[in-house]
Amino acid sequence: MNLNVQLRTGLAVLAVLHLMLLFPGFVAPYDPMEQDRTMSFASPTVVHLRDQNGSWHMRPFIYAVAVNQDGSYTEDTRQKHFFRAFPSGAPYKLFGLFHCTVHLFGVDGGRAILMGTDRYGRDQFSRLIYGGQVSLFAGLLAALLSLFLGAFVGAVSGFYGRWIDDGLMRLAELFLALPWLYLLFAVRAFLPLSVPPASTFFLVVLIIGLVGWVRPARLVRGVVLSAKEQKYVLAARGFGASDLHLLRRHILPHTYSVLLTQATLLVPQFVLAEVTLSFLGLGVAEPIPSWGNMLSSLQQYHVMISYWWMFLPGIALGVLFLNYFTVADALQTKVQSAST
Amino acid sequence: MRFLLARLTRSVFLLAGVSVLSFLLMQLAPGDFFEEIKLNPQISPQTIAALRSQFGLDRPLPVRYGLWLQSAARGDFGYSFAYNSPVAPLLKTRVRNTAFLAGVATAIAWVLALGIGLWSAVRAGHWDDRFCTGAMSISMAVPDVLVALALLLLATRTGVFPVGGMVSTDFDDFTFLQKAKDIGAHLALPVFALVFGLAPTLARHVRSSVAQALTAPCVQAARAHGIAPARILFRHVLPVAANPLISLFGISLATLLSVSLLIEVIMSWPGLGPFFLEAILARDVYVVIGTVLLSTVFLVAGNLIADGLLFAADPRIRKS
Repeated sequence: MNLNVQLRTGLAVLAVLHLMLLFPGFVAPYDPMEQDRTMSFASPTVVHLRDQNGSWHMRPFIYAVAVNQDGSYTEDTRQKHFFRAFPSGAPYKLFGLFHCTVHLFGVDGGRAILMGTDRYGRDQFSRLIYGGQVSLFAGLLAALLSLFLGAFVGAVSGFYGRWIDDGLMRLAELFLALPWLYLLFAVRAFLPLSVPPASTFFLVVLIIGLVGWVRPARLVRGVVLSAKEQKYVLAARGFGASDLHLLRRHILPHTYSVLLTQATLLVPQFVLAEVTLSFLGLGVAEPIPSWGNMLSSLQQYHVMISYWWMFLPGIALGVLFLNYFTVADALQTKVQSAST
Repeated sequence: MRFLLARLTRSVFLLAGVSVLSFLLMQLAPGDFFEEIKLNPQISPQTIAALRSQFGLDRPLPVRYGLWLQSAARGDFGYSFAYNSPVAPLLKTRVRNTAFLAGVATAIAWVLALGIGLWSAVRAGHWDDRFCTGAMSISMAVPDVLVALALLLLATRTGVFPVGGMVSTDFDDFTFLQKAKDIGAHLALPVFALVFGLAPTLARHVRSSVAQALTAPCVQAARAHGIAPARILFRHVLPVAANPLISLFGISLATLLSVSLLIEVIMSWPGLGPFFLEAILARDVYVVIGTVLLSTVFLVAGNLIADGLLFAADPRIRKS
């Protein structure tokens, strides 16, 4: 595939995914925490354009869901619910600030469970969107944190050299000496286990960010080491430029491409870290959805074998990763060909 | 020899550093194992205080580290509160299981990766190379959690492979052959999951370093001499491509160990993973420290093996 096409498609898909997850309240038709115990593990509703009499409709619709005697679900073909764009529904907060009730789509009257429901009858699609926000933002924030830390440590270490460099790089080696997940878990082990669900998010971000600074730091250090020997940097130093000015104006701009490619690699890795922590019950906890804790219900045997739609967060994760890796690949090739 | 000795001493310092780091982290931790016991009304505060002083938890950090070093020297590596026993014997069987799993998976993943990577580098640009690289990119994007869960689902649906654990319940009554077969069957799924997680990444590295080696001057010269392509590939290209791959071997072990933590928990393989998770949840600090240290030992050992291989493979390192 052409490199630019690859980059553009990857970026376009990522943009759509990020936008969806940035406005979860708008995209998701329902409140992710709203329970309906009568609809536990209901299968996804089928979207129809043609009713059972054979006549076609302009607007897609669903049939109402009926609960059978044995607890299984069927379509009640007597009741049709039509889809509608931008209806007002469950209230949510845009950016956590503005009260809103308008959603992207909804159905008149009934409840469209596009991806089924979980144990408590919560809408899996809405949870997928909200959970994606949690997982993705954990990854993004943690990547931001570790890139910032990494750039700082790398720049200081590469620019000042000598004992500062020695000390910082020994510390980096220490962090590299531990298998990454073991390190992550060890840090988690030493932090309080039971904290309120909302602050676990920040705890997780903090842990992942603090553990992941090593690789960007080493890369940035390498770039800084070679950049500070450039003639124009030496010239600027000769004119009496301060260290801060040299770093900011002449050296750090060299590291941007490294930081960018690192970001595209770190975000999926950190999203996966959040998912793993939450999956094992060490991260973001119920009732707040995250892709990790949504998948963790699959650890129960009967859920795994009977309800395939519980696997969907994993597939969403795969789609996200695929596009991140595509972009990372294309970017890396571009950076490499630009530097040679 | 100097090269290997230097690496060895560095590894020892690394381990010491990791143990100090773990103790520092432990100091940050609010609460300990006995916090949970406090909730039990049948145990008096005096008993808890006595227990804590017995395990040295009321002492300052350097003293505790000293005590731990003493017990490490005895071969105990601290004391597990939850199991009421020294840590080392607890870890022994789990390490064996994890090492077994990791060893088998590493071997298979590398064989696969070398095969696919070589093939794909030689056939660069052809349809089969494009197919291989595409498949690698896609399989890299599939999260390990999903692979493991999907495999479990497959196992339950088809019933060909046993679901979870390492041995069947009536394992002790088996003959030797049956035992080997039983473990093999239990091994299949976790190994598959690990190989699936690791092999694509390795194959990509193999492909890129072989592709680079193919353009090396010595290879071009060999081609100009009319040496048979197969001989060029194995006699000239592989040695050139080997160095970065040997270094990758150590790193691949670390990645594998991380992935295996999760896979072991999902597939309930009785290795370090589930044990570690349990210890974290129970705040069994010395078990946590012991496991972290052991994982470092694994990694350091992997890197040392890689260094040894480099030493054997590259005359430039041997001469210096």
